[in-house]
Amino acid sequence: METAKEQAAQYTLEPATDIPKSNHYYLNMGPQHPSTHGVLRVLLEMDGEYVIKAQPVLGYGHRMHEKMAEHKNWMAFMPNTGRMDYAAALPFNHGYAALFERLCNIEVPERAEYIRVITSELNRLVSHHLWLGAFLLDLGAFTPILYTFDDREQVLDILEDITGSRLTYCYFRVGGVCKDIDDKFVERTRAYIKRQRERFKVYNELVTGNIIFLKRVEGVGIISPEMARRYGATGPVVRGSGIAYDIRKAEPYSVYDRFDFEIPTGTTGDSLDRYLVRLEEMEQSLRIIEQALEQLPDGPYLGKVPKKLKLPTGDANFAVEAARGELSYYLVSGGGDMPYRLKIRVPSYSNLSLLPELAQGMLIADLVAAMGSLDLVIPEIDR
Amino acid sequence: MNVKTDLRAERGYFGELWFGAKSLLIGLKVTLKALFKPIVTVQYPREECDITPNYRGHVELVFNPETGGCDCIVCGMCARACPSDCITVKGEKKEGEKGKTLTLFSLDFTKCSLCGSCVETCPKSALTYSQDYNIAGFTREEFHYDLIERLKRRHQQPLAAAAGGN
Amino acid sequence: MPPELLRMIITAVLVVAFVFLNAMILGYMERKISAHIQRRPGLMEVGPHGVLQLIVDGLKLIGKQLVVPEGSSPFLFRLAPLLSFAPCVLPFVVIPFSRKLQAVSMDVGLIYILAMTSINVVAVLVAGWASNNKYSLFGTFRSVAQAVSYEIPMLLSLLAVIMMTSSFSLEGIIEAQKYYWFILIQPVAFIIYFVSGLAETNRAPFDLPEAESELTAGFHTEYSGMGFSFFFLAEYANMFTVCSIATILFLGGWKGIPLPFYDYSGIIWFLLKVYGLLFVMIWARWTYPRVRFDQLMTFCWKYLIPFSMANLLITAIMVKII
Ligand code: SF4
Ligand code: SF4
Repeated sequence: METAKEQAAQYTLEPATDIPKSNHYYLNMGPQHPSTHGVLRVLLEMDGEYVIKAQPVLGYGHRMHEKMAEHKNWMAFMPNTGRMDYAAALPFNHGYAALFERLCNIEVPERAEYIRVITSELNRLVSHHLWLGAFLLDLGAFTPILYTFDDREQVLDILEDITGSRLTYCYFRVGGVCKDIDDKFVERTRAYIKRQRERFKVYNELVTGNIIFLKRVEGVGIISPEMARRYGATGPVVRGSGIAYDIRKAEPYSVYDRFDFEIPTGTTGDSLDRYLVRLEEMEQSLRIIEQALEQLPDGPYLGKVPKKLKLPTGDANFAVEAARGELSYYLVSGGGDMPYRLKIRVPSYSNLSLLPELAQGMLIADLVAAMGSLDLVIPEIDR
Repeated sequence: MNVKTDLRAERGYFGELWFGAKSLLIGLKVTLKALFKPIVTVQYPREECDITPNYRGHVELVFNPETGGCDCIVCGMCARACPSDCITVKGEKKEGEKGKTLTLFSLDFTKCSLCGSCVETCPKSALTYSQDYNIAGFTREEFHYDLIERLKRRHQQPLAAAAGGN
Repeated sequence: MPPELLRMIITAVLVVAFVFLNAMILGYMERKISAHIQRRPGLMEVGPHGVLQLIVDGLKLIGKQLVVPEGSSPFLFRLAPLLSFAPCVLPFVVIPFSRKLQAVSMDVGLIYILAMTSINVVAVLVAGWASNNKYSLFGTFRSVAQAVSYEIPMLLSLLAVIMMTSSFSLEGIIEAQKYYWFILIQPVAFIIYFVSGLAETNRAPFDLPEAESELTAGFHTEYSGMGFSFFFLAEYANMFTVCSIATILFLGGWKGIPLPFYDYSGIIWFLLKVYGLLFVMIWARWTYPRVRFDQLMTFCWKYLIPFSMANLLITAIMVKII
């Protein structure tokens, strides 16, 4: 059995020098810890309550999704995509389906694209609800998670009615979606948008304006734009640092270029900015959904797709904006109906790799807050 | 678009006290209001939610009232389409009937990923999703469903009623 | 049997029984209030609206094994819960629940209570130290620092009242509030006292010693069964003590609209006020996030202590003038 110290030596990049070694001790945060949300383990070298070094240790939830993709045709792998990011499965579905469409030049009916956008944005809201509650839970407030779950439940009911499941969706298909939306869906979504707008007031009163909350997040975990770039951070993390990078605008896919929405950006890159960016993103998602429901065309929801999809030799890449940032699939095909290799670039992985640098010199309480503001989903990192 | 920055204002000693006290009272107001609002949760298992008819539970054979059985022609498409290998279909040729008759349709629900491939590929639309979400058991074997058995059990009463009624 | 001894035994039995009852009432209150704040029904299963749930929970806790972790110091580990529980029973002896409902009348009742409640810190220190767990140790460090610093504003705010009454006796202070409650002339002292009381009892938003998102459960991470429940009982008993001091010093104790048998029935007013304050404590816990450790200290040294000192000074001047 290795001691924690030996393990630490294995994972620590270089020992910190400026503080006498004898004052340091090692602390394992996770894999079972209330605020690592799943099975992330962070090895901490600490001096009192200060974190000298933090080293995430991954792999506790590894399921070989990329390898599995090499032995399955597109449909057989589709359920796996939803299991990578359990909090926002539809963007993962979306990227995967769109990848094959790009590789095989498959036309997607317009209505299907709209349905994809609407459901993906609803899923982003679900994910942000979950994050908001969990983040506040990390900061020690118990009640907001129940409120956000109340709202989340409304969206889940809508999504369940149309996709058949509540969490790990397998709804998109190459060439469209597997079930059409109906008037009831449109109506319920409209009602939900109205309700959610009301609820933002409650969030703002209970959380955003709260002095304790502000004190806990303001100036905590500052990620400079330069640092965010260096680690390839994406999503609300990079936007919180002031870089307006969003795949939906930078490289519009599906029908995102037809909607009028904005990319919220922060100014300082601290946890508060990331919090505000996500809240604003929820509002923007509502706007996108509203417009999409307005413009929703009639037509088929599933295009013409050959029963057995023959992949041409070559490669393709497709990036979507998942709830946590840029998700891109890269596929190399050598013919046949299964990929030769599928590489999945997940946002949380890059966002987590910031942590060692970010955590240096932080209080442990701030580390929890900063980690919460990164919005990590561990199954997505481990895949 | 920048997010709002007015929360970061420098407030000074007394300004901070004032701002803080106000925000804390507003917080208390929100929770006090919630205290007197009705409950939103459902006391499962005393009450149950209405489940949408589109809910995707495990797969189930579709009942065909005309034949009193199912439409499955034992083509095995569903078993081949399943990414998790949880379907086993067997049939045998019977005298005087064209095609095969289904003798075994077993589903290993422990492995099912609820993707819906089987339902979508079935050429006869003989499969559907169950709406049963109250599934729990003590052993794995309890989740190895015999769908033919389940179909019979499900339709014993309706069948009798249909025979008696119209 | 000499009547004095009989009286002591009855008192001891009643006080311990009350501590358990109080924990049950507060446990029930906490769970029901938090549930309704979060818009769920909370306890519903055992008894009507789950009123018997806490009894079942208590039985479960008694039935559980106290696991002594490897590498801990077993004697201290077992001692800590008792050390935490015993002193928090003692203040109940001098609390005047009503004019005639007070076990022992002491001239220095207030000092006695404050002394007893301070022992809890030692128990937390022992518990964290003996557990051989880094998270526990963290919780302990925090708890000790927090309790020691918040004692200062707490005492300073109480001192303002004592200056006005020139008495440490709890009955004396209640009698002094014949015409008005002291909260009317000492609102600042009351607020400071209440906030420090929250910190002293490790209640949210100052529940750093057991900050579960950072320290899993703080100083009682390693405790199970009865060990845990003693800490739990102690926490609730301390909450009650803190709120009853607030009631006695600022809200007129058992004084209220006279009822029949007022010498005894004053307890109704007393309990109403105490549980009202406890409700506020619970309500605040389910509303706010947790403060950070350095902010906790900053708040104490930058706001509470200067304000309580200023308050004390003004009180002193006023007392001299009037
Ligand atoms: S739903 Fe998917 S995994 Fe389940 S039995 Fe059907 S094809 Fe197999
Ligand atoms: S695909 Fe349909 S018809 Fe073919 S074996 Fe399966 S259930 Fe029967």
